Amino acid sequence: MSLYDYIFYSFAAVTLVSAGVVVFSRNIIYSAFSLLFTFFGVAGLYVLLNADFLAVTQLLIYVGGILILLLFGVMLTNKVVSVDIKTGTLQTVPATILISLTAGTLCGIFYVTDWRVVSSPPVTSTTTYQLGEMLMTTYLLPFEVASIVLLVALIGAAIIARKEKQPAN
Amino acid sequence: MLTSVSLTHYLIVSGILFSLGIFGVVTRRNAILVLMGIELILNSANINFIAFSRYRGMNLDGQAVAIFVIILAAAEAAVALAIVLNIYQRFNTVNVDDISKMKE
Repeated sequence: MSLYDYIFYSFAAVTLVSAGVVVFSRNIIYSAFSLLFTFFGVAGLYVLLNADFLAVTQLLIYVGGILILLLFGVMLTNKVVSVDIKTGTLQTVPATILISLTAGTLCGIFYVTDWRVVSSPPVTSTTTYQLGEMLMTTYLLPFEVASIVLLVALIGAAIIARKEKQPAN
Repeated sequence: MLTSVSLTHYLIVSGILFSLGIFGVVTRRNAILVLMGIELILNSANINFIAFSRYRGMNLDGQAVAIFVIILAAAEAAVALAIVLNIYQRFNTVNVDDISKMKE
């Protein structure tokens, strides 16, 4: 057990425990806030995998953007003081059986498969430069398409969320 | 079990995260919790992409794909929350069981 292993296990524990709270908590506010720790744990795993740019992107977009959006959604659609904020579950028992089967199968496959790992020298440089170069060469078309998708999605979201104007009689 | 960390460890973490996300999507009634489950699933997919990219000789293609996954997750969250807010204004609930009708 090296230091790397200890850090990995702590980040993995943070991720999985808080993801469990997200899914199992009866209170939607607890779910939303423990999603924060899940995103932080995943960002930590990205750092351990030498994906420094993606870890920062994860923090900026997920924690700074998507989580805030979700919290706004929670606040705008629930009466915070009422019992309405406790949300129900349905079909818990069949879902539990199905999900444990899925998880068991997935983890079994991951464990049994003999993954062909290409050993690489320890990485010393950051990935930002190379990623930027790739986005401007190999992935130029997906990059531009993604920017248009974002623009369309944001305009569409603004139009959908706006209150409908009453037709003038 | 607690051996030196390899590719398998990351894959197992992402497998469990994926299963938790699916559990959230199928069991919760609140539409926003369903969205949170989808975010968990997308994050587990991203862990897979980046783990394979790291353990296949630091091939950065996986990280480039992960960036696009994050972009699409952001677009998806914005549109889905706009729809949820609109549904709440119209039906006064976000319980996905009560919104099975396309029209009032």
